[in-house]
Amino acid sequence: MANVFAFVESRHGEVRKAGLEAVSAARLLADQTGGGDVHALIAGAPGVAGQAGRLAEVGADVVLVVEHPALDLYNPEAVSATVAERIRNGGYRAAVFSATSQGKDLSPRVAAKLRAPLAPDAIALAVEGDAIVVRHPMYTGKVIGSLRITASPALLSVRLGAIPVTPNAKAGRVEPVQPATDPAAARVKVVEMKEGNTGKIDLGEAPVIVAGGRGLKSADNFKLVEQLADSFGNAAVGATRAVTDEGWRPHSEQIGQTGRVVSPELYVAVGISGAIQHLAGMRTSKTIVAINKDKEAPIFKVADYGIVGDVFEVVPALADAVKQAKAQG
Amino acid sequence: MKIAVCIKRVPVMEVKFAIGKDGASVDETGLKYDVNDFDLWAVEAALQLNEKNAPGEVTVVSLGPDAAAEQLRKALSMGADRAVLLKADKQPADGFAVAEALAAELKGGNYDVIFFGKKSIDSDAQTVGPMVAELLDLPCVTSVFKLDIAGGKGTAMRALEGAAEVLEFPLPAVITVDEGLNKERLPSLKGIMAAKKKPLETKPAQLGSAAVTVARMELPPERGAGRIVGQGAAAVPELVKLLQSEAKVI
Repeated sequence: MANVFAFVESRHGEVRKAGLEAVSAARLLADQTGGGDVHALIAGAPGVAGQAGRLAEVGADVVLVVEHPALDLYNPEAVSATVAERIRNGGYRAAVFSATSQGKDLSPRVAAKLRAPLAPDAIALAVEGDAIVVRHPMYTGKVIGSLRITASPALLSVRLGAIPVTPNAKAGRVEPVQPATDPAAARVKVVEMKEGNTGKIDLGEAPVIVAGGRGLKSADNFKLVEQLADSFGNAAVGATRAVTDEGWRPHSEQIGQTGRVVSPELYVAVGISGAIQHLAGMRTSKTIVAINKDKEAPIFKVADYGIVGDVFEVVPALADAVKQAKAQG
Repeated sequence: MKIAVCIKRVPVMEVKFAIGKDGASVDETGLKYDVNDFDLWAVEAALQLNEKNAPGEVTVVSLGPDAAAEQLRKALSMGADRAVLLKADKQPADGFAVAEALAAELKGGNYDVIFFGKKSIDSDAQTVGPMVAELLDLPCVTSVFKLDIAGGKGTAMRALEGAAEVLEFPLPAVITVDEGLNKERLPSLKGIMAAKKKPLETKPAQLGSAAVTVARMELPPERGAGRIVGQGAAAVPELVKLLQSEAKVI
């Protein structure tokens, strides 16, 4: 019976979808390694224990709750020390983190504290004999590596959207955990959180992404991309590096080799030629639609559906048609 | 100020990769190499910080084969003062083994700031910087796209999914650099000439043992060529129909 640990990412006391996915991944590993328990740790300001029910619903047997006023925002030093201590003393076979910005900050710190192996950014997990094998895109997604860890505990992080969250109700016993170091005494302090696209869905979580490229010609014309995204109702807006370099859109929206890597259900590429650096960020999308006036553009080689045409005519027409289709259910 | 920057030799990505004979590495035939993108921005950050706080020294460190001297020379030609090559014929897939070797070199160097790129685009692991910080017990801020260092303290911004954090930290510290912080300068002819005379020290890397190994590598399935639904706005109704009935995404 091998127990598995999961770190649950939260923000201002709310569990993130990435946190639920980490619990689901831990559940998967626990079930495949002999049916052990999942221990899910969440850290936050007093009151964060109220999130325990949500974690039990998706497969946490024990919810470890770290509460401290200085943990409302992510506290890399206190959280990594507390998580490392818990994993060190917990005898876990594996520990799962999210491959988010926060998880990629936290997991290597914990790995180094424990001198434990870490396989990053899993798109799939498997137990093969006595090893945990993690599939991980490398070389900008042009190669898929299978990383093998036999040592215990095996640390790994899972890419957003890679592991589906499924209902799997457990008792979810709550156990308070004391911070291993004083959160108020940490050297690195997160002093402020600036919410970006407030109220809008994040690129990593959006089932639909509408992304724009240089073909839009100006920052102002990007409203066409926003309108098309709005017509879907569940879409986020993305951009190419050319667009963020021009300052038409913030860097946080850049999709590609040096930006975000996304795998939505539907990716609509508007006025994007399909440079190799951009393809690196979106080639794993399930369905790709391309709209471009150049019928030779490389984007058409990866797109499932293409329309050759002027984005200024096609995109507004598509927004109207999607809105209508949505309205008719 | 004493500043160190860790850089990595990586293949230029604009090629079709093939899997090597062992089934667990890429075939290196015909590959070209350069400094990892994020590391170039880290070098630029170090040079700018050094210019603001002159006199000081910028040391670039790389772990890799003899040929990685070429990437160190590039950093020297941009303006770094000295270089150290930790020689390892093969770069391990285990980031911690690399971190141990880098930490052994950086320890005792009395660096005020140690810069890394946020990640290397070949392994795409994003682990070595914070691991080195842990091994050296230094404050660490990752994925920085805005940075201000003055009076022994730093303020930085890092991007989260759909938000950004503002962080404060004391020096010495480890910082990993994201795109957006700066654009790297190009080496000048004068810089290239000067780089030839700058010290480049080579020593064996003190690699730890690797607990993460690559069991196999494979190429992802090719996306089948799609179809052009039609030309112009007239093709929109057909596209929407396909997205509803075939792709089932509306």
